[in-house]
Amino acid sequence: MTGSFIHPALIMIIGALLIPFIRGPLRKPYLILVPLLAMGAVISNNSLTGTFATYQFMDWQLVFGRVDRLSSIFASIMALMAVIGTLYGMHVERTGEHMAAWFYVAGSLGTIYAGDYITVYLFWEMMAFGSVFLIWFRDRPQSLQVGYRYILVHIFGGVVLLFGIMLRYRAVGNIEFSLLDVSNPELYTWLIMAGFALNAAVVPLHSWLPDAYSEASFNGAVFMCAFTTKTAVYTLARSCAGMDILVLLGVIMALYGVIYAVMENDIRKLLAWSIVSQVGYMVAGVGIGTELAINGAAAHAVVHILYKSLLFMGTGSVLYMTGKTKFTELGGLYKKMPYTFILTVVGCLSISAAPFFAAYVSKSMIIGAGFETHLNWASWLLMFGATGTFMYNGLKLPYFLFFGKNNCSEETWQKAADPTWNMMAAMTLGAVLCIYVGSAPGVLYSMLPYPVHYDPFTAYHLAETLQILGFASLAFFFLKKYLEPVDRICLDMDWFYRKGGLFFLWVAKNPIQWFDTAWSEVYRVVGLRTLMTTSKFWSWFDWHAIDGVIDGFARLVRGIGGRLRVLQSGQIQYTMYFAASFAAVVLIAYILLQLS
Amino acid sequence: MIKFIEYLQTQRRKTVVMVCYILLVIIATFAAMVDKHHAHTWVEQHIPFFWSIFGFCAAAAIIGIARWYGKAGIQQPEDYYEHSIWLDDSEE
Repeated sequence: MTGSFIHPALIMIIGALLIPFIRGPLRKPYLILVPLLAMGAVISNNSLTGTFATYQFMDWQLVFGRVDRLSSIFASIMALMAVIGTLYGMHVERTGEHMAAWFYVAGSLGTIYAGDYITVYLFWEMMAFGSVFLIWFRDRPQSLQVGYRYILVHIFGGVVLLFGIMLRYRAVGNIEFSLLDVSNPELYTWLIMAGFALNAAVVPLHSWLPDAYSEASFNGAVFMCAFTTKTAVYTLARSCAGMDILVLLGVIMALYGVIYAVMENDIRKLLAWSIVSQVGYMVAGVGIGTELAINGAAAHAVVHILYKSLLFMGTGSVLYMTGKTKFTELGGLYKKMPYTFILTVVGCLSISAAPFFAAYVSKSMIIGAGFETHLNWASWLLMFGATGTFMYNGLKLPYFLFFGKNNCSEETWQKAADPTWNMMAAMTLGAVLCIYVGSAPGVLYSMLPYPVHYDPFTAYHLAETLQILGFASLAFFFLKKYLEPVDRICLDMDWFYRKGGLFFLWVAKNPIQWFDTAWSEVYRVVGLRTLMTTSKFWSWFDWHAIDGVIDGFARLVRGIGGRLRVLQSGQIQYTMYFAASFAAVVLIAYILLQLS
Repeated sequence: MIKFIEYLQTQRRKTVVMVCYILLVIIATFAAMVDKHHAHTWVEQHIPFFWSIFGFCAAAAIIGIARWYGKAGIQQPEDYYEHSIWLDDSEE
């Protein structure tokens, strides 16, 4: 162990455990201080390379601090996100929410710096259990259900991952967290990939994401949009880079997310589908596997965290101020929330890869990598998806939320306003970073895992982007009426386990309950009744037969006594008569006996 | 700023639309003039205004697909999961 590696997850965990003891005016400075310290630790770690904080635990070598370019860039953006997210939610009173968020961050940072699978698994579960509280703290009637679905799905994913880890350990003999043999995948390769893929919301394991992220608290969603999925992208990049199926899955994700987002009515669920779509680009990049592709995936992860958190902060502000999240209950809000509007639009432009906004410098890296490796079909489809991204995120969201038909009720309109200073500060910081990264990507590029020979600022790229944005907007404005939001939900793969869950409950309530009732009935009829009947007989027997004999005998004696009592008349002449008669009989009998 | 946008929306709607169309023309001309040697594929290099057509058609296609998919049964009322033949609705 050399150098001075400081594990930021430790800072976050200790920080979280101390929050309940920090009250009053000290709380807000403390809340901002801890993530800043964690970020400081990450920045200091960035200058190191190698493995640190290793411990021998039974047969295994646990590695808590594996530092290289890939882990450094992800750790950096996660730490930055912790600062922005905590700033945004600084005024939240509930201590538990801050603790949950910080444990969640710790889980993410721990996974990123982990060098062995057991450490990965430990922090993976920490992420799941930290984040589920961010859903439960929304406190709506359905929040409990949604949170349970989320945690059950994630436990399932964790078990699949663990299964893969154990099988791999049996096969390979170590628990090192490094590139799997993707060209000769075994069962454990698929299982590990599937475990990571579930957290990355790869289709068909993605339904938990829109379900959960739209139900998270206004502050919780800002944390959730960044950590789980991008940590999963990191783990895929670390272990499954170049796995061909990821290209297909990534493209499917990108398109699937687009279609659902276009249909969606809830503003935050739309953004959640957008996450599925954008992570698809990253997963496809990981699948392509070339240096440019991995660079693109990492760069896109970083910028995605920046603009997605900004978008969730903007829509979170709408939720926080008005309590509403549906297009059919909002609209025309630019008049009442102008700064939120501008900052959200920066996020919308960033995700659409508008020139000089965030994704302009990253999305095209992945697409370019696709063309270079002759996976043209993938790149064409990703460009198609990118147009869709602009449609729902760059056009539909800002238009129907901030302009369009005003569906606000009187009360909603009254409540709508720009939110508190810390929320605005966090959004401004996010927006500034989006524009900075999009215009001067040098810093970002210098942190990417591989050397960058890519230049996004070519005239051709500009022309391509402007054409797509311009003419897609034209199509949008002509066909706007087909995009009017309706108050509906969209069914998805979760239909299977939600309906399946209802079916299971029905089976429990009906056939199984019937059987249980029937069995109780048999027990009552055959068992109990026989017992009761037999005991009734013995009771009768005891009462009538045995007691009857005893009582009968007593009655007999009484009867005889009664009869005999009559003979006792009390008059002396009858007594002397009977006595003399009796004596005469005895005397005569004696004499007769003597004579014979 | 709010007043400015309101002003544009109500008084100067036609101007805004006009400006947008002019912008589109500028973009298209820029596209026609730009150096296409860096393009990755044949279609990009030889079809004029390729990305303009691509953008417009892709957007229209996505709107169409989403609408069809929603109408085909994916879009359901909000309380879809609360009512089911498997649930005893009279309990609620």
